[in-house]
Amino acid sequence: MATKAIVGEKVGMTQVWDEQHRAIPVTVLKVAPMRVVAVKTPEREGYSALQVTWGVRRPSTLTKPEQGHYAKAGVEPGRRLVELRLDDTSAYQVGQQLTADLIAVGDRVDVMSVSKGKGFAGGMKRHNFKGQGAGHGNHKKHRAPGSVGACATPARVFKGTRMAGRLGGQQVTTVNLQVMAADAERQLVLVKGAVPGPRGAVVVVRDTVKGTAGIVDGRSA
Amino acid sequence: MNPTDIVDRDSLRDDVPEFRPGDTLKVHVRVVEGNRERVQVFQGAVIRRQGTGARETFTVRKVSFGVGVERTFPVHSPVIARIERVTEGAVRRAKLYYLRGRVGKAAKIKEKRTVRTS
Repeated sequence: MATKAIVGEKVGMTQVWDEQHRAIPVTVLKVAPMRVVAVKTPEREGYSALQVTWGVRRPSTLTKPEQGHYAKAGVEPGRRLVELRLDDTSAYQVGQQLTADLIAVGDRVDVMSVSKGKGFAGGMKRHNFKGQGAGHGNHKKHRAPGSVGACATPARVFKGTRMAGRLGGQQVTTVNLQVMAADAERQLVLVKGAVPGPRGAVVVVRDTVKGTAGIVDGRSA
Repeated sequence: MNPTDIVDRDSLRDDVPEFRPGDTLKVHVRVVEGNRERVQVFQGAVIRRQGTGARETFTVRKVSFGVGVERTFPVHSPVIARIERVTEGAVRRAKLYYLRGRVGKAAKIKEKRTVRTS
C-alpha cells in the first residue's frame, strides 16, 4: 500500500517544456492544504487510513452527525471527507495539516478518480470490440458485437460475457505517473499524462504501489 | 481565462514578435549536436498559425534545393532562440496551403505596401 497520499481537484490539462525543450503533456491538480479529521488504525478500525478534508464549507450545509464529527476532531468543515489508505498512520495526528509538499518532483504516483460517465455504451466503445465490416452485404450491423455464444451446447450465454452496458462513472486508477511539479505555495501539482475524471473531479494521488524498477521515463529499460 | 493559465504563464515567452501568415521569418533554431549547441536559421514564409496560449504553433515553408520543406514550431518553444520578421506579406487567407501546389513565381507572396510616414 501507499506510504503517502494527497487529495486534490483536477483543473485540466496543458503542456510544459522539459530540459530538452520537449513539450510534456501534464494534468494540473489543485491541492489545497488538507486537514486530518480522523486517523484510522488497525487496532481500532481494522485498517490504517487518514480521513482528511480540504477547502471550506458552510457549517449550515452539514448534517448534525457531520457537525459532531468535525467538532470532535476540532477541525474546520471542508469540501468533503476523503479517506487515504496508508501503510502506517502512526506519524499523523488529528488536526494536522498536509500540503502538496508531501509529493516531490520525479516521484512516481498513482492517481485515483471517478471516470467520466459515458452512459449506456456499445461493445466497441466499452470493450474495444472490432465491430463489423462496412461492406460485403452488411446491413445496419456495423457496430454490433457479433456472436455471443455457441449453439445447442451450452445453449446459453456464459455469465460475464462482454456486452453493451453502462460505461464510466466508476473509480479508475492510473498507475505510475511522473510528478512534474509540486508547489504547496501555489497549491499545484503537475502530473505527466492524463488522469481519470472530468475537470473539477476529486482525485487522490498516492505514491505508486507497483514497482517502478527498470522503468525510465515511462518506458521499460 | 482558462483554469490552467496559472501554469501556462511559466511556459510562455514574452519576446515573440508580431507576425502573421504570409510574412517571411527567420527562425533561429537551437540545434544540439552531442554536447554542443548552435543556432541554425530556418527562413521561409509563414503558411499557418493555429492554437492559443502555450499550445500555439506556426508553420514555416521554404523551398530548399527544389524541395518544399515545412517546419512547424510551437510559438513559445524554448527551441527557438529568436524570431526575426524579414518581410510582411499581403495575403487574404489565414492558411496559405495553396502555396504547396505552386512553384517559381506563382508561389511568390506579394509584399505588403506600407505608407511611408516620413
